[in-house]
Amino acid sequence: MVAHSYQLKRADFIFKNENDWERILDKTLKRPPQELINELMSSELKGRGGAGFPTGLKWKLTAEDPSDEKFVICNADEGEPGTFKDREILSKVPYKVLMAMAVCGYVIGSQKGYIYLRGEYKFLVPELNKVIQEFEYYCKQIGHQFSIKIFLGSGAYICGEETALFESMEGKRGEPRNKPPYPSSNGYMGKATVVNNVETLAHTFTIFKYGAKKFYDLGVQYSRGSKLFSVSGDTPKPGIYELELGMSLQDFVNEFGDGDTKAVQVGGASGFLVPRKRFEKTTIGYRGKLTGISLPTGGSMMLYNSSRSMYNVLDNYLEFFREESCGQCTPCRVGCQQLHFGIKAVKRGDKPAQYLDKLLKLTETMQLTAKCGLGQSVANSFSSIVENFREEMIY
Amino acid sequence: MSNTIHVTINGIGLEMEKGKTILDAANQAGMIIPTLCFHKDLCIAGNCRVCVVEVSGQKRLAAACATPCEEEMEIQTNSLKVRNSRKHIIELLLSEHNADCTKCYKNGNCELQELASEYKIMTQDFLRLAPLKNYTIDQFSPSIIKDDSKCIRCQRCVRTCAELQGVNALTVAYKGDEMKIASFFEKAMNDVVCTNCGQCVNHCPTGALVERNYIEEVWDAISDPNKHVVVQTAPAVRVGLGEEMGMDVGTRVTGKMVSSLKRLGFNAVLDTDFTADLTIIEEGTELLHRLKKVLKEEDTSVKLPMATSCSPGWIKYIEHMYPEFLEHLSTCKSPQQMFGALVKTYYAKARKIDPEKIVSVSIMPCTAKKFEANRPEMHDSGYRDVDYVLTTRELAIMIKQAGIDFKKLPDEKFDRLMGESTGAGVIFGATGGVMEAALRTAYELVTGREIPFENLNITPVRGLDGVREAVIKIEDPLSEWAFLDGVELKCAVAHGLVNARKVMEAVKNGTSNYHFIEVMACPGGCLGGGGQPIPTSPEIREKRTEAIYAEDSGMPLRKSHENPEVLKIYQDFLGEPLGLKSHHLLHTKYIARDRY
Repeated sequence: MVAHSYQLKRADFIFKNENDWERILDKTLKRPPQELINELMSSELKGRGGAGFPTGLKWKLTAEDPSDEKFVICNADEGEPGTFKDREILSKVPYKVLMAMAVCGYVIGSQKGYIYLRGEYKFLVPELNKVIQEFEYYCKQIGHQFSIKIFLGSGAYICGEETALFESMEGKRGEPRNKPPYPSSNGYMGKATVVNNVETLAHTFTIFKYGAKKFYDLGVQYSRGSKLFSVSGDTPKPGIYELELGMSLQDFVNEFGDGDTKAVQVGGASGFLVPRKRFEKTTIGYRGKLTGISLPTGGSMMLYNSSRSMYNVLDNYLEFFREESCGQCTPCRVGCQQLHFGIKAVKRGDKPAQYLDKLLKLTETMQLTAKCGLGQSVANSFSSIVENFREEMIY
Repeated sequence: MSNTIHVTINGIGLEMEKGKTILDAANQAGMIIPTLCFHKDLCIAGNCRVCVVEVSGQKRLAAACATPCEEEMEIQTNSLKVRNSRKHIIELLLSEHNADCTKCYKNGNCELQELASEYKIMTQDFLRLAPLKNYTIDQFSPSIIKDDSKCIRCQRCVRTCAELQGVNALTVAYKGDEMKIASFFEKAMNDVVCTNCGQCVNHCPTGALVERNYIEEVWDAISDPNKHVVVQTAPAVRVGLGEEMGMDVGTRVTGKMVSSLKRLGFNAVLDTDFTADLTIIEEGTELLHRLKKVLKEEDTSVKLPMATSCSPGWIKYIEHMYPEFLEHLSTCKSPQQMFGALVKTYYAKARKIDPEKIVSVSIMPCTAKKFEANRPEMHDSGYRDVDYVLTTRELAIMIKQAGIDFKKLPDEKFDRLMGESTGAGVIFGATGGVMEAALRTAYELVTGREIPFENLNITPVRGLDGVREAVIKIEDPLSEWAFLDGVELKCAVAHGLVNARKVMEAVKNGTSNYHFIEVMACPGGCLGGGGQPIPTSPEIREKRTEAIYAEDSGMPLRKSHENPEVLKIYQDFLGEPLGLKSHHLLHTKYIARDRY
């Protein structure tokens, strides 16, 4: 099998200071909505929160819904361990996000936008409100009806899941809903709603300003455009980097590793751990028909060097999920407890090493049967770490 | 667009109505998909995940209860993937559950146990999580015991308390592994807004919520030669008990119930229906008294509408939620408590038994009755008026323990005194029944004529709609009631506390002008009570309702004021309705309670 190797390609769109957002907004709002949807679709922009749903399609489905009222929600509940890019976008280039929300509102027929802001980002509120005020003032001037309000979350990880986010905004307990129905027809308050990640919205600014082609030309097939990466862990240069999608993990480690990288956790606690032997074969991007393994990520890249115990790493992730599962569905609530207490029992010698195989089978059930995307992915770290570092779990 | 879609379940083609779920499709195809969090009375939760099925083309399994069918859907309900996953989920639930089944009150009537048995879960491979959680049992309430170690978090109780009752005494607290069902600030059930209606008990699939049982106490009393143990049976018990005994839903077992109680060793088997008739005399008179005060004497201190007071769940609800409306409640005690007060006075005197030696037991379709009997006001006889309250389910347990072959029992009759009743007393068991019984009597008192409905069946107040309204026009009354001539008596009937709220809000906002309101805390009235056989569903309640009305129409007497024993008790003991003795023994007062 040939490993696809791409050099790391830096990009610089998101944080580029554009002082002409008013003009871009004017211009964009004069184009027919269908044309904007087509532009987004041809850019092949996919959701940057990690799930990778095509953004243009999301806007299209919501635009077509007959709902009498619609909403645009910017998901800024950045809670995945190891992700810290949305905070930067909202502090450095908030107007890009606001503009994108207004354009989305124009396309789908909504006059109300909300930013669901992670409770821990409360410090962003005063500055953000100032920008929102200016933005709304400008919208009024050009005769565009659109308001934006900030809704502060209360700290539950699960509220980043879009339907749990709705429940939270509606004043209920943050628990994912059954799907279908989907947000494009039954979202916030039961109305058609677009929920986009902060970064996704910021990318649409790029697309509306420079055209879909500029964006499409970046990246590789099925994984177009650039993406922000939150690089942390055992690296000499932690931080936020905008890179083209489709890079191989080997190239990534060559750039960011400390010369002793043992494994990389791609996609945060709910993502996958890739051991050194798979760096070459792993590319970072959405799942497509590429050869080798392609791993999506909401941007979290955590590097671990040989001084790290993978048992401790997994213990940490599982403790997180044991507490952050909303607790409503059986596979996630009880599954997380069994996985977490299970590795402890194996480590203590209370359960035989073979018990790990029973737990691996359990992870399949969790993936198949959990109610929401979180529950379906909580076991990823378990299966990828136990499969690759089994001995560290036992001895 | 066509209104039907086509799916296949396990290879069987099926045409079905649009908008139906996979679970509906399976039912239609005669396939059973196991469920736990699903309940016909409640909205869909989709959280237990035992109903997962495989849908062709989908990577994940779908929850059958929560997934609507789509055109050309191919569904597998028993594939290897489904079986393995389902088994895992049952194992997971068991690992978090205090599965000490032989010591559980619900042993043999537990949906999780049934599933474990069906899937032959023979080993305990996963770690046992229940002991790690240090749960304590909340057993402070006289009605309901809550044991979190047996909870599977299906949230049926939460949805019941919110959707059927609008009380929200139970809700979800915490998250992750600490997620649990809790009352406000985890206070004891006895110290929160809980109305003790027991609908949560009736909807709980496991032993996490059960009635507080008094079976041993009653056995002790029966075995005590120095005690005279009297039992009264509520109207709804006779249309529910058969279900516990393996009979069809809606079977009337009045005669068999009486003979089983006699065989259990009760010294006298009497009927709450008797005091139901008595309640009608007192409450009907009270209504007319209030109408007279308000309409004729324009006395503003007397409140209308008057609301019924037979349902102790409703009483506690209004005490918590609408304390400013307590004066609207009829001051009549419930039939159970009238009975209790009379048993240790009138009955004791007539039978020449020392009331000290009487143990008064009641069989009720209700858990709130346990709380009611425990209220400090309920000692008007000089003793505790009702000593023990058993639910229909507890009676069934006693009958089984005694080795009685219920189906083979002969039909027997209630003992006298206080065993005679009319059809009006029987229909207390159904929503609208108290209203109907009261109207049958009050109309006749006022006009001297029977109420003008065919066979005395006041159909507008019957049925299972949440709130029902009726207007009865009074024409040509007796001279004493001349002020009522042409008055349209406006009545409202509500069952399920969520509907009670609707009526009360209308009263509060002044958008209604009712004279008389009947509220029953439980869906369907007492026949759907929290102490009735499990399971319950709209269909089951409908069958029990039919049985209640069939019982009524088969009775020789249909009007409370024609009950000879009722006439006799006024003659020999009480004097007159709302008289001094009645006031002392048959009426009560209420307490404003906080919500928190």
